[in-house]
Amino acid sequence: MAQAAAAPHPRATPGQPCVFKLVLLGSSSVGKSSLALRYVKNDFKSTLPTVGCAFFTKVVEFGAASLKFEIWDTAGQEKYHSVCHLYFRGANAALLVYDITSKDSFCMAQQWLKDLEKEFQPGEVVVMLVGNKTDLGEEREVMFEEGKEFAESKGLLFMETSARLNHQVTEVFSAVARELLQREERKKDQTQQRDARLALNERPAGQAKCCAH
Amino acid sequence: MEAGGDTAAPAPGDAEDVEDTRFPSEEAGDGGSVHEGPPDPEDEGLEDTGLETKDQPPSLLSPLPQSEAPSCTCGLWGPAASENSPMGGPESGSGGQGGDPSDEDWRSKRKHVFVLSEAGKPIYSRYGSVEALSTTMGVMTALVSFVQSAGDAIRAIYAEDHKLVFLQQGPLLLVAVSRTPQSASQLRGELLAVHAQIVSTLTRASVARIFARKQNYDLRRLLAGSERTLDRLLDSVERDPGALLLGAVRCVPLARPLREALGALLRRCTAPGLALSVLAVGGRLVTAAQERTVLAECRLDPADLQLLLDWVGAPAFAAGEAWAPVCLPRFNPDGFFYAYVARLNAMPVCLLLLGTDPEAFHDMATCRRLVEDGMHTLGAMRALREAAGFSNAPSANAPAYSVQAVGAPGLRHFLYKPLDIPDHHRQLPQFTSPELEAPYSREEERQRLSDLYHRLHARLHSTSRPLRLIYHVAEKETLLAWVTSKFELYTCLSPLVTKAGAILVVTKLLRWVKKEEDRLFIRYPPKYSTPPAAPAASTDHASHNGLFTGP
Repeated sequence: MAQAAAAPHPRATPGQPCVFKLVLLGSSSVGKSSLALRYVKNDFKSTLPTVGCAFFTKVVEFGAASLKFEIWDTAGQEKYHSVCHLYFRGANAALLVYDITSKDSFCMAQQWLKDLEKEFQPGEVVVMLVGNKTDLGEEREVMFEEGKEFAESKGLLFMETSARLNHQVTEVFSAVARELLQREERKKDQTQQRDARLALNERPAGQAKCCAH
Repeated sequence: MEAGGDTAAPAPGDAEDVEDTRFPSEEAGDGGSVHEGPPDPEDEGLEDTGLETKDQPPSLLSPLPQSEAPSCTCGLWGPAASENSPMGGPESGSGGQGGDPSDEDWRSKRKHVFVLSEAGKPIYSRYGSVEALSTTMGVMTALVSFVQSAGDAIRAIYAEDHKLVFLQQGPLLLVAVSRTPQSASQLRGELLAVHAQIVSTLTRASVARIFARKQNYDLRRLLAGSERTLDRLLDSVERDPGALLLGAVRCVPLARPLREALGALLRRCTAPGLALSVLAVGGRLVTAAQERTVLAECRLDPADLQLLLDWVGAPAFAAGEAWAPVCLPRFNPDGFFYAYVARLNAMPVCLLLLGTDPEAFHDMATCRRLVEDGMHTLGAMRALREAAGFSNAPSANAPAYSVQAVGAPGLRHFLYKPLDIPDHHRQLPQFTSPELEAPYSREEERQRLSDLYHRLHARLHSTSRPLRLIYHVAEKETLLAWVTSKFELYTCLSPLVTKAGAILVVTKLLRWVKKEEDRLFIRYPPKYSTPPAAPAASTDHASHNGLFTGP
């Protein structure tokens, strides 16, 4: 989209962090907005259903590199599904959020993955599966292993979080950031390699980890 | 000034529709020409239906329960209803208020609003869970189709102290069941607003398409999250009457130079595809600007503007910047605009940028920064914060003023809608009212006041015998309602005021409004944004192509 076209992941020149677009996807009331709010403002309050899409930015210092997240917190409600492709076009990363106390939301997250696969080339986006609401452990319907297995089978990153207790929220975004920067690095190497050896056809081994296909 | 009208309060128990109950003692002014009220033409038919059904409610009501819902329906609104077998499913809805028609608490609500599909599928209920109400809603569908089968359309039923108003909009049926003194046409106005709210999230076309494809579709799936917006809309009628009743928007009181500077600022800051920019605080309008190139021929309807104001006032917009599709039902019920909504500087000040390009988010965000910078330069943030800061209601971040400002002892509250604005300024119907203060801080008190205002409004705007002036002594307050060619005014006074005293207070109030009108109202609504290259075509429009259509 506009941003991606305008700034095709510039290297982090001092003072100018790379911009990555991250979308939060998942069914309604799984805690997408809460995760965003916790991460961006370190705040937790019961939020109302998001209207359309809410937009946040956050600059992350990452060792020497710094990067800027453009976080698109989409509405989980069905009425906005038809416009959701607007939001995830040009995304660099996606968080598929589900509620560990709701099997349905886990299934929906898998549905969202299918939608993403339709829109993107494999490996084009960093996808992370996030099971939220670990604070409601006693009502758990989706086991940790279940989520992990699914994520592994599809080559997704995976974590469980609690936006309420601020458990692993920053870690989620950091993991995504790390992966994004690594890929960026790899892409750069790749282009250099390609420049050097044009006939090379095979993928670099490292990338296979992250793409299912 | 004739203040001699009807001094007798209608008996509290008298829930007859004011339109039907004429007060022969009243001196009815020939106020027909001054009417700005809700659309009347429907009313004539409505009264006919109403009176007809009132004569013979059993014939309409009794055969149906047998076929559709044994013994349940009459009990819904008939006080005589006794044992109603609890029916309907478990209360899985989010309403959590029961919703079983036999539930005392549910039945004691003064006003119910239901939305259902033509097939009788429940979509929305103000109270209770819709699941529990499927039988009740089935009866409503039956009533409608029963009358339809006779080649007629049901509009209202008057049953004892209840009014039932029906409104069919495409595949949706909206029903109000009310014990409030609101007239049928006022209730219909509310139903229309509810419908507009639904259309604004889904568009009329997609609602029609959905039901054409699948008649028994459960529209609640698509409306999830919108119920609260509907609840808020309906609550506002009782808690803070005005906007819907008068068909006008409320403005933030602001010094005229600042308001005009803000208007000019909005016009300066444009973005590709930008159609409309609105600055609002707590659901009240600061100023707005419309882009000429996008909305050249069509003007924005005040009802659409009110809808946008309600929408951006929603707490859901509290954080971050939002980007969402929204439909303006009066402008084009079948198409979406894309709205950029942001709270400026974490303040209650809200900027809405409405455009046609679904991908223009970043352009809008840039435009917002321009507006923000401009506002800093103007020092507008502080002024708006002060305007917002007055409000002593902690929950509502609404800018308001105290009735004390008028300096008329005995005056408790008022609604004032100017009608004397020059023709090309008439396009933005506005009203002003002070903060509701003690004794109207509690729910019941506000409800009572709202009821009184509605009652007076219905009588001023009665289709057959409109009045110009009503002096009404109620149990706990005295009210004076007055409509002239220059204004429409509802005042609430202390109960001990004398008639002469009331006239004095009203005179004082009118003088105050006159003095403050530049601050209270947008006297000169901003027009189009800077025309990029003014097309010669619209010469005729140039002088008066302001923002809004007339009422």
